[in-house]
Formats: sequence, structure tokens, C-alpha cells
Amino acid sequence: MERIYLDHGATTPLDPRVLEAMIPFLKEDFGNPSSLHFFGREVKKQLEEAREKVAGILGAEPEEIIFTSGGTEADNLALGGVVRALREKGKHIITTAVEHHAVLDTCTALKKEGFDITILPVDCYGMVEPQHVKEAIREDTLLVSVIYGNNEVGTVQPLEEIGQITREKGVLLHTDAVQTVGNLPLEVEKLQVDLLALSAHKFYGPKGAGILYCRQGIEIDRMLYGGGQERGRRAGTENVPGIIGMARAMEIAVEEKEENTRRMEKLRDKLIEGLLSMEDVYLNGHPTRRLAGNVNASFEYIEGEALLLSLDYKGIAASSGSACSSGSMEPSHVLLAMGIPEQTAHGSVRFTLGRHTTEEEIDYVLEVVPEAVQKLRDMSSIYQGKGEGK
Amino acid sequence: MYSEKVMEHFNNPRNVGDMEDPSGAGEIGNVRCGDVTKVFIKVNGEGIIEDVRFRTFGCGAAIASSSMLTEMVKGKTVEEALKVSNLDVADELGGLPKQKMHCSNLAADALRAAIEDYMKKQEK
Repeated sequence: MERIYLDHGATTPLDPRVLEAMIPFLKEDFGNPSSLHFFGREVKKQLEEAREKVAGILGAEPEEIIFTSGGTEADNLALGGVVRALREKGKHIITTAVEHHAVLDTCTALKKEGFDITILPVDCYGMVEPQHVKEAIREDTLLVSVIYGNNEVGTVQPLEEIGQITREKGVLLHTDAVQTVGNLPLEVEKLQVDLLALSAHKFYGPKGAGILYCRQGIEIDRMLYGGGQERGRRAGTENVPGIIGMARAMEIAVEEKEENTRRMEKLRDKLIEGLLSMEDVYLNGHPTRRLAGNVNASFEYIEGEALLLSLDYKGIAASSGSACSSGSMEPSHVLLAMGIPEQTAHGSVRFTLGRHTTEEEIDYVLEVVPEAVQKLRDMSSIYQGKGEGK
Repeated sequence: MYSEKVMEHFNNPRNVGDMEDPSGAGEIGNVRCGDVTKVFIKVNGEGIIEDVRFRTFGCGAAIASSSMLTEMVKGKTVEEALKVSNLDVADELGGLPKQKMHCSNLAADALRAAIEDYMKKQEK
């Protein structure tokens, strides 16, 4: 049986070139970068080179890069670290209804600490209106957090416009850019962001490594107590193999960005077109302002998890909404925020294409999905459509 | 996540479909919660469930539970069938993940509703 991976939004396979870069650091170059002796010094040198590489890609300074355990930690540190450090200056945070849980749940926790949270609505494509950001900013606003490319529906937010507003108002802007490496521009000056979170395993790097870009001069309270690593902003011995791999993966992703994006967009649009040619299937998210690999569709009258199981049986790996929410009963908060009715939201499935996705794979998916959908619809208690003889 | 038995019933569900002139019909669930199960029964003169059908809008666990339930109650008297609990269905499927237990409740509840409908009709 064919095995087709269309869940690159959840995670990506490690690029062999990345593995190659990591291996020495899993073997002979095992030293602790904080050590004085040459075992440590050599590794420290490589670690700082990785930092420079990453900084170069973001158009940032090396000291503005904080290595973390992943995107979740970077988001937690960006929000919690900044607003706690600025507690004396205000207590208001603005975010959107379509954020990843790493941001939304951090906001919920901060609310309990006494911070005020404003959650901005989105339109039916999942887009934030920059004007809404402007209107929501108050005297005591500390930080705005807007996801760059949405993990569920792929919608790309107008970050630059939002960045212009936050700059004018003197408010910090954080973005969860976890889904965008190798697809969208990452230069922090262009995006006008002050903080930006990334995760290596979303761009063919290893799991357990992430980045928080934190603009020079921004105060940030540490979340982990211990050593003075990362200029005192993130304690704990650095995940050296992970960081080396991440820097290499980022380099490759940026080098091959144009080519991969072009190819993936073509396949994505073919998949979208094929799915929408079925009856009662809708595309979720923006038709054009979307991540190159993201296809999110709602299949009426059936439930997304059941369709995932049917596809899994046929060798196709996809996901229902966010990988993190697949264990919960609630339909995706992102789809609901876009005004999609609950019944339709329950029938959503996300296919996320990757670098290695082929046209043959998309053809196979387009062959399997209609059959699987029809089988489930024929079973469904709310389907009155064709094939029923009514 | 799911047992082989669950996947087997999900991929090859038994007794799917509508029923003409059922002795009783029951429906449980809500589209907003993402699951609705309908159960139809045909009961003979001796009070035995001769035939049973289901249709489910729901997740894999909901579909597999519905299918399993229909197998479990076919040929039983309505009194016996009423004793089949949600837990019995889950057990028969080789267990269900904790967060999916509520999905298996729909099937037995829909059957109960169908039996109640049948009994009401009998009283008339």
C-alpha cells in the first residue's frame, strides 16, 4: 500500500543534510558549551556560528536570538517573559482568535495573573483587520501577538501593516511564525516585528529546538531558573545537536524557498480544485493569501476524524484541524472564529503538503477522498443526498 | 489509538442503513457536537429484535460502536437488549480511548430510544 504523508503542518521528516550536520554533535563534539576547556570551547564556537546563521536569515543580530526547546516555549517566553518584565508599565495584551494554543493558553494563564486580554475577531478567511488592532490599542497595552501563517487554515496575516501600527503606537509585536519557514519572508525589519517564534521540526529540522527572536533592548523575564545561558534569558544547557541541525535546516529552507514554494503552491491548488469539485465541500481559509502547503476543507455531513481514519486505512496521513486538538471534542477554535457553523467545522480535514509531495500523490488523494467521503455520507444520519433513492 | 476490533467495525460496518416501517426508531445526539446516531428496529410477535439498522454522523468510535451494538442486540428480546449498556459495547470492541468513551454512549442510547418508541406504539 502507498503511504502518503500530508501532515507537514504537524511535523516534517529530518533532512538528511541536517542529520549529517548534527551527527558530530551527537558523537565526538559532546562538550558543554559553557565549559572552559577545549571540549566546551569548540562546541561553543559552533553554537555561536549557528546563532549567526539564524540571525543572518532573520536580518537580526546574533544576541537577539534565544534558542528554546521549540515553538511552544518561544511563544510562552515571548508573551509571558515580556509582559511580566513590563508589568509596571501596563497590563494589556492584544491577540487574535486564530492563534495557536501556545499563545492563547499563555494569555489565559496571564489573565489569571491580572493581565487584560483582548482577543480580536477575524473575517471568514481567518484574516485580522489591521484597523481592529489600531482600535484595540490602549494606553496600557504592552504587546500585540498575531500568528504569521495559520497552522490550521494557512491564512497569512497582514503582519507588515500591523507592524506599522504597533510601531507608531510604541507597542511591541510578537508573531508565531512557526509554519512559515521556507515559504514566507522572515526578515524581521520587513515584517516590523519585535519578537518572533520558530520551531525546527516544522522545516525539516529536529524536534526539541526552537528560536525566539527578541529585539535588542526588550526586557524579558526568564521562565526557567538555573544557569546563565542565552544571556540569562533561558537557563539550561543548550540542545547543541538540535540547534546545529536547526540552523542547517533553516539555511536549506531559505535557499530552496522559491523553488519549493512554487511547486507546492501548484500541487496545493490542484488538490483544492479537485476537492472543491465534489459536492458540499468548502475550502477553509483564504483562497490566495495562504501557506504554500496548506489545504483545509470541510466535507459536509461527515465528521473529520472518521474521514481521517478512512484515509489512514488507504495510506494517506492527514489531520483534523490542529494536530493538538485531535484528541478533543470541540471543533477547531480557528474555524469557529471564522464563523463556520459547528456541523461544518466538525467535518474539516487539513492536508499539509511538503517538499517531497509529488503530483502522483495528489492524484491518488483525489481518487481516494471522494470514495471515502461518499462511503461515510451513505452511513451518515444527517445525509439526505444522492445515492439514497429519495 | 483504536483497537483492531474498532477499526474492523469502522471499515466494515454491519447493519448500516434506513429501515422501512420500523417497529421503533430512535435518534440521539446533536450536529453541533459532531455526532448523531439513528437506530431502527424491527421487532417480531415474540418481542425479539429481528432486524436492526443504524446511521451515524460521527467519529470512528461512534460509527464502530453503532455497528457493534447492532450485532450485539440482533436476535435478542427487547428486554435483553435494554440491558446492553454503553460499557458493554465498549468492552466488546476491546475498549475505547478514554476521551472517546462518550461517543460509544450514543449507540446504546439511540437503541433505548428506539425501544421506547416501539413500546409506546405497542401501548396504542
